[in-house]
Amino acid sequence: MVSANATLAKVTPRINTILDTDKIRADFPILDIKVGNKPLVYLDNAASSQMPQQVIDRLVRYQTAQHANINRAVHYLSEVATLEYEHARRRVQQFVNAQEDREIIFTSGTTDSINLVMHGYGRKFIEAGDEIILTTLEHHSNIVPWQMLAKEKGAVIRVVPINDAGELDIDAYEKLFNERTKFVSLIHVSNALGTINPVKQMIAYAHQQNVPVLIDGAQATPHMTVDVQDLDCDFYVFSAHKLCGPTGIGMLYGKAALLEAMQPYKGGGDMIASVTFEETTYADIPHKFEAGTPPIAAAIGFGAAIDYLCSVGMDQIAAYELDLLNYATEQINEIKGASIIGTAAHKTAVISFTLDGIHPHDIGTLLNEDGVAIRTGHHCAQPVMQRFNVPATSRASFAFYNNKTEVDALITGIRMVQKVFL
Amino acid sequence: MMNTKSLYQEVILDHNRKPRNYGVLDHPSHHAVGHNPLCGDRLDIALNLENGQINNIAFQGESCAICKASASMMTAAVKGKTRSDAETLIQEFREMAMGERDLNHPHHLGHLTVFSGIRDLPTRVKCAILPWHTLHAALNALSSVSTEADNDPVQNAASHPEALNRQANS
Ligand SMILES: Cc1ncc(COP(=O)(O)O)c(C=O)c1O
Repeated sequence: MVSANATLAKVTPRINTILDTDKIRADFPILDIKVGNKPLVYLDNAASSQMPQQVIDRLVRYQTAQHANINRAVHYLSEVATLEYEHARRRVQQFVNAQEDREIIFTSGTTDSINLVMHGYGRKFIEAGDEIILTTLEHHSNIVPWQMLAKEKGAVIRVVPINDAGELDIDAYEKLFNERTKFVSLIHVSNALGTINPVKQMIAYAHQQNVPVLIDGAQATPHMTVDVQDLDCDFYVFSAHKLCGPTGIGMLYGKAALLEAMQPYKGGGDMIASVTFEETTYADIPHKFEAGTPPIAAAIGFGAAIDYLCSVGMDQIAAYELDLLNYATEQINEIKGASIIGTAAHKTAVISFTLDGIHPHDIGTLLNEDGVAIRTGHHCAQPVMQRFNVPATSRASFAFYNNKTEVDALITGIRMVQKVFL
Repeated sequence: MMNTKSLYQEVILDHNRKPRNYGVLDHPSHHAVGHNPLCGDRLDIALNLENGQINNIAFQGESCAICKASASMMTAAVKGKTRSDAETLIQEFREMAMGERDLNHPHHLGHLTVFSGIRDLPTRVKCAILPWHTLHAALNALSSVSTEADNDPVQNAASHPEALNRQANS
């Protein structure tokens, strides 16, 4: 197991040897499975990452010895479960460096968090003719809810364009603002291309115009240190399953004053202070937004996943993955007929690519024959595909438990696909 | 069973490189567009039906190799066939691709049985079936089909006969 109190030393780029990937890989039982008779090479981490034994054990321990409903009873188990659930909330708070734990709302994931803000903030404060700024890089989950709101309210969506490298056009972004601009919702790291956006600078600009900003951090939190106070974002959202945690759980960070001003999104038990048929007063945040019995085990697993990642070290992970990205990029650039889509100067370890004359789905199917798992398709980011004029791409996305041998397996696989199509 | 690599190598690639009946017809009597939103596959099928017989058929579109090969082999198989023979093939191919057909029993699929292995690639079944759905739609004057809503739009359309009669030939 990785030491729980590994230092969070600032890292220099040449750090790849610091991660003991063999030891780390031993924590992930699923990495040992075979696909057909080939060892699994899991390069679909942007879709969902794998779970280490430590998190699996934590889920088992909760379910074996700690489970009851929370916030409801005075008996022992309910108390333990409530404590553990709230402890997980504090782990999430520390992970993103939020000021207070009540600023962390457990949701079912990124999509749910964005919908919560759309309903709780958007439907209350956004009116006809108001403008919402999004970017070309958004995942559908940060497009569709705002479109629903725009349709309902008669609001207008404005979109920040990208350049040929897949980087946001910041001048164009700043020019989109006017007195009708009421909200900005931005992807921190592009799931389709890996572009890391300069969100801190973009948030600062929006704030000069008094416009609140939501950051979709689904692809950032698994790969880098995120500090919501330093970013000064108004909302930050992500899912646990992309950072070695369970599915069905995610979080919304919101500045306390904003969360307090918002209307609840779901009504029910656990979110009220008192109920009569005439009137209900809502509970304080965060409970106001957590109606019903939450996924308690998943929340606790989320906390355990954060413990695990922190024991490896987010800065170490970022440096290691950058090295892996550079290695893989070099190799793919050497393949004739392969083109990488998304060549931003600042990227996470995501490589979207096309092969001349070969449809991505055929690439995915053939790579699977060699045990190599990548994602093919539009990656829930059709505007990105349209921008680059492709129906789909193949995407290899790496995690800190991947190694160069696996990059080599991908490269060998791509050459094999080309040979089949020769 | 044939493995995926040899499925590609032996069958699919030949038709992918040299698709049969690829192109457009000047004045088709029947025409439909098929769409698989998951992969972005798009297929246009046009045909001339005269006295209940498919005299000519052509397809065009952008798709993965499995879809293109399936379309190529399909057009070759139904050209010159009657409409009801074509419908039989559509039904048999669909059942084979979904793993619902025992190929030891009599059938009319001939060479098309090379696609039987597709049932082991559940994510690609739709790619192989799309041309057949689209042909079914063309023969029944549905102007477009999509494999998004249902695994089996043919079945879907058949269970809503009004949909089949909704539109005149385009
Ligand atoms: C950038 C981004 N935003 C949002 C989502 C949606 O996350 P979830 O499906 O966990 O709600 C994803 C993942 O698919 C993503 O990559």
